[in-house]
Amino acid sequence: MAPIFEQGSEWNFLAALFIGIAFGWVLERAGFSTSRKLAGVFYGYDFVVIKVFFTSAITAAIGLLFLNFFGIFDFESVWMPTTYTWPTLVGGIIMGLGFVTGGFCPGTSVCAAATGKLDALAFMGGIVLGIFFYSFTYEPIWETLRKSGKLGKVKIGELIGVQEGVAVLLFILFGLFSFWLVNKIKKTYNIKDVEY
Amino acid sequence: MEDKSKKYMNPYLAGVILGFVIMAAFFFSGEGLGGSGAFKDIVKTTVVKVAPEYAANTHYFKSAAESEHSPIKTWLIFEVLGVLIGGVISGAFAGRLKLKVEHSPNITSKTRIIFAIIGGALFGIGSQLGRGCTSGAGLSGMAVMSVSGFLSVAAIFGSGYLFAWFFRKLWI
Repeated sequence: MAPIFEQGSEWNFLAALFIGIAFGWVLERAGFSTSRKLAGVFYGYDFVVIKVFFTSAITAAIGLLFLNFFGIFDFESVWMPTTYTWPTLVGGIIMGLGFVTGGFCPGTSVCAAATGKLDALAFMGGIVLGIFFYSFTYEPIWETLRKSGKLGKVKIGELIGVQEGVAVLLFILFGLFSFWLVNKIKKTYNIKDVEY
Repeated sequence: MEDKSKKYMNPYLAGVILGFVIMAAFFFSGEGLGGSGAFKDIVKTTVVKVAPEYAANTHYFKSAAESEHSPIKTWLIFEVLGVLIGGVISGAFAGRLKLKVEHSPNITSKTRIIFAIIGGALFGIGSQLGRGCTSGAGLSGMAVMSVSGFLSVAAIFGSGYLFAWFFRKLWI
């Protein structure tokens, strides 16, 4: 029964390293080590981010659903985020602003720095500065907001009142629609994916 | 003939592979993939080591200051080290390892670096408030079909599109 390795065990740290290597490898192979390609998603000249992002989330959602169905995997025994509406929304808005100014997100900045992008290294330094700022101003500025809007460990299917499988199906349809849409945009405006 | 190994992978194939990596994280470790969490661990460790008394008196650092385990030895720290190694491996095979400041021809390297630091800082703040970044809160959250994951992705990308116009000169 999953998870295989005990939390905090040496084996689990080793697994983390190998899973990270696979993560970094696939990000780089997909072209996520360049901010100009990543930022393209916001300016309509490159849609690779949307395709990789939704394909991977949908693949994992389907896989975990089946593993759960066959009794190999239990959602109760793994990481599952508790939903806090307001901090997630405000935090997300701040991060979106960070994306169009910095051109990376934390994971992709590490991958880009690995290939020698100095701007990614600057971005990583910025993350540390931002967390220092947040942590030193946590009590006066952020604490109340961060604890607000708590909904619990709620899943999207429960929220809209459908079964887990139906929710995943809706997610698949949403993903397919977004792929169709960006391909339509690409075709209409004759946009080619960029190679930086 | 064109060398295929130097080209970027088909995005759908990359997505399926990444999906299996996410599944592996949950299956083997019971964890989601992440990015910003490792940076948080670095900050927490630094503050707890440098100013243990201050740390113990704050709400943010309290748990790290009182923990018996080193706050640097976490799953996400090892995972992010892996990302670094994986990035180097892929970059090396594709001939993409090169020290440079990458930016649009319309801006200087200096401008690019300044805005990269600002963007990183915003991501640092936002990820702490939002309980994770694009990978941790968004991608992993969506993989387990959590409301939090979808909310996070909608907010990050929605905000990105909302503010994109103001920063267009940085990119196009």
